[in-house]
Amino acid sequence: MEGWGIIIIKIVFIWTWTLLIATLMTWIERRGAGLIQDRLGPNRAGPFGIFQPLADGIKLFTKEDIVPEKAHKILFALGPILFALPAFSAYAVVPFGDKIVLGGKEIILQVADVSVGFLYIVAIGSMSVYGIVLGGWGSNNKYSILGGLRSTAQLISYEVPWGLALLAAVLLYGTFSLRDMAFAQQGVFLGFLPNWGIFKQPLGFILFMVAAYAEANRVPFDLPEAESEIVAGYHTEYGSMRLGLYLFGEYVNIYTLSALIVTLYFGAWNLPYVDMSKFLGPVAYGLASFLVFFLKVAFFLWLFVWVRWTVPRFRYDQVMGLGWKSLIPLALINLFITALFVQFTA
Amino acid sequence: MVQEPNGPVVSGSGDYVTINIGPSHPAMHGTLRVIAQTDGETVIKADPEIGYLHRGVEKLGENLTYHQFIPITDRLNYCSAIANNVSYERAVEKLMGIEIPVKAQLVRVIMMELARIADHQVCVGILGVDLGAFTPFFYQIIQREEIYEVFEWYNGARLTNTFGRIGGLDADLPEKFAEKWPGLKDGIRKANDETDKLLTHNRIWMDRTIGVNPFSPEDALSWGFTGPCLRACGVKRDMRKNEPYYLYDQFDFDVPTGKNGDVFDRYMVRLKEMEESIKIIDQAYRMYLEMPEDAPLKAKVPKIIKPPAGEVYSAIESPNGELGFFIKSDGSDKPYRIKIRPPCYMIYQAFPEMVEGEMIADLIACLSSLNIIAGELDR
Repeated sequence: MEGWGIIIIKIVFIWTWTLLIATLMTWIERRGAGLIQDRLGPNRAGPFGIFQPLADGIKLFTKEDIVPEKAHKILFALGPILFALPAFSAYAVVPFGDKIVLGGKEIILQVADVSVGFLYIVAIGSMSVYGIVLGGWGSNNKYSILGGLRSTAQLISYEVPWGLALLAAVLLYGTFSLRDMAFAQQGVFLGFLPNWGIFKQPLGFILFMVAAYAEANRVPFDLPEAESEIVAGYHTEYGSMRLGLYLFGEYVNIYTLSALIVTLYFGAWNLPYVDMSKFLGPVAYGLASFLVFFLKVAFFLWLFVWVRWTVPRFRYDQVMGLGWKSLIPLALINLFITALFVQFTA
Repeated sequence: MVQEPNGPVVSGSGDYVTINIGPSHPAMHGTLRVIAQTDGETVIKADPEIGYLHRGVEKLGENLTYHQFIPITDRLNYCSAIANNVSYERAVEKLMGIEIPVKAQLVRVIMMELARIADHQVCVGILGVDLGAFTPFFYQIIQREEIYEVFEWYNGARLTNTFGRIGGLDADLPEKFAEKWPGLKDGIRKANDETDKLLTHNRIWMDRTIGVNPFSPEDALSWGFTGPCLRACGVKRDMRKNEPYYLYDQFDFDVPTGKNGDVFDRYMVRLKEMEESIKIIDQAYRMYLEMPEDAPLKAKVPKIIKPPAGEVYSAIESPNGELGFFIKSDGSDKPYRIKIRPPCYMIYQAFPEMVEGEMIADLIACLSSLNIIAGELDR
């Protein structure tokens, strides 16, 4: 058992790290948009505009905090908090590396290796919908209400295939702990493929991926904030840092989801064919595993940006149709096949 | 009228919610307003309210001389001001019985077709934005800026061009156009190609546009549709072919048509029309180059335009459809009455019929694909 000091350091580290990534993501999103759309993107604040998020943060903090007169004051205030808090807490059980040995002490690179990490993720993940729907309701704005309702329907629909895809992974790895899932992906599969989840769960990966985009309210599932239809959806009435929390929460969600994808389907910190722990010192190995994990996550973060600027948006009934008519049956089939596979190979 | 500005979230009229879309809303291009009664996401009743951009253009015309009115016409469909200018000038010329020189006709055709491309680029781009695909908009708008460059060379204006004079033109085609055009043409084609690749066969795009707000040719004709919206319904009617003006009967170009008159067809018709416009400009420019250097650009017109008393109606195929000007003259230097027939005005009347029963997202897509421009709608 690690000491309290180390746990607090880890919590502070992951908190600041997530915050940093989310901040950087706002910049990457805009620069990435510029790259894709043949334009520059923000490039004034600092080299390549890297301090743009900082400027945005200062702006959001110093702006006047406006609460609409007819808004429900408590729910209006509660909305962004309920959205951002689960987003930040979800990362607690997701690893960010293997382990590092410092001064003879072994520190695992994960805030909490909960044996039911899977359940924790699902439970916390579904909390954020409260933030959206309460914020939308509390604003007393019809666009906000529509956005809130859209997101409720969407999140609940996509929670199911998301959870079912996760469940198939649980069957496959035989554990609820995300750290143990990462360990289960070492070595090779069928003699030549890396022993990664994507090769054993290709369908599961696609389902998880699609559901993850819907969970994060990202294009093509950004209906709750569909700019051209319902202005800004559930956060139409929000300004200053309350809006900032919503926007931040979204990027934190994206980070957590990317980390989950990597942990479940892309071998977490394991490199294909190479076992880093054999030839690296304990400290170097710790850092290397952190780096490898982060690079994989970075790719999926970029993918979120890439997709956003490439595809159009679904219509509300199409989103529902895709969720209930395609993804859920497919997820059930996937679960069934995985169960058969596990049963007959065990 | 269903109007309920600051009412509660759930309105008193049954289970419906009245949503006020516009006049200040991201999807309402310009200052349109639709008061929609919705049942969940479905639009039960849509009530468009127009007039937020009414500037009394027609009345202004009665107090300005014939030349002074040209800049006012810029502000009709501001996406393709040149087409408006030419349509107005042509009406006055018809009233006065002036035939403008061939070279002026060619320059007008080239500039009008450039304006048509610019207009379609905006419409296609914005349709993408309204359906959540942001990127094609930038590909298109970058090329539009290149077209505006040509406009700027012509007389310094980019958006409100105030192109031409009654009786011909004040200036020749900019010399730099010769080197600009091949690159510009490729740029426009590349942008269209990229838009096509990103959208046309994209499953989400197809689901969002095919079969959305279809409109039958009979309905379209009885509502007075013209332009791309009519052709999308399958009616092959184009003023440039049916009632050719200037030298359009000498150019070789197709009139693309759709089948169902849905959002997808309107989008495809506009995409294809840009290619046809490029073809027309190519031919017109070749003919222009064959003209002698000192060929006249302006017919002989008096310094002060005083058309004989009488009436005239003259229309051209503007990017949006038939743009007509009715002018009644009492023989003085100011028009007695100017009446404008904007294509949007007729099309927008069918809007409630098109969107009722569809979803809110389709309402936005429909509005966007009809290319309703508040400037020429409200005048």
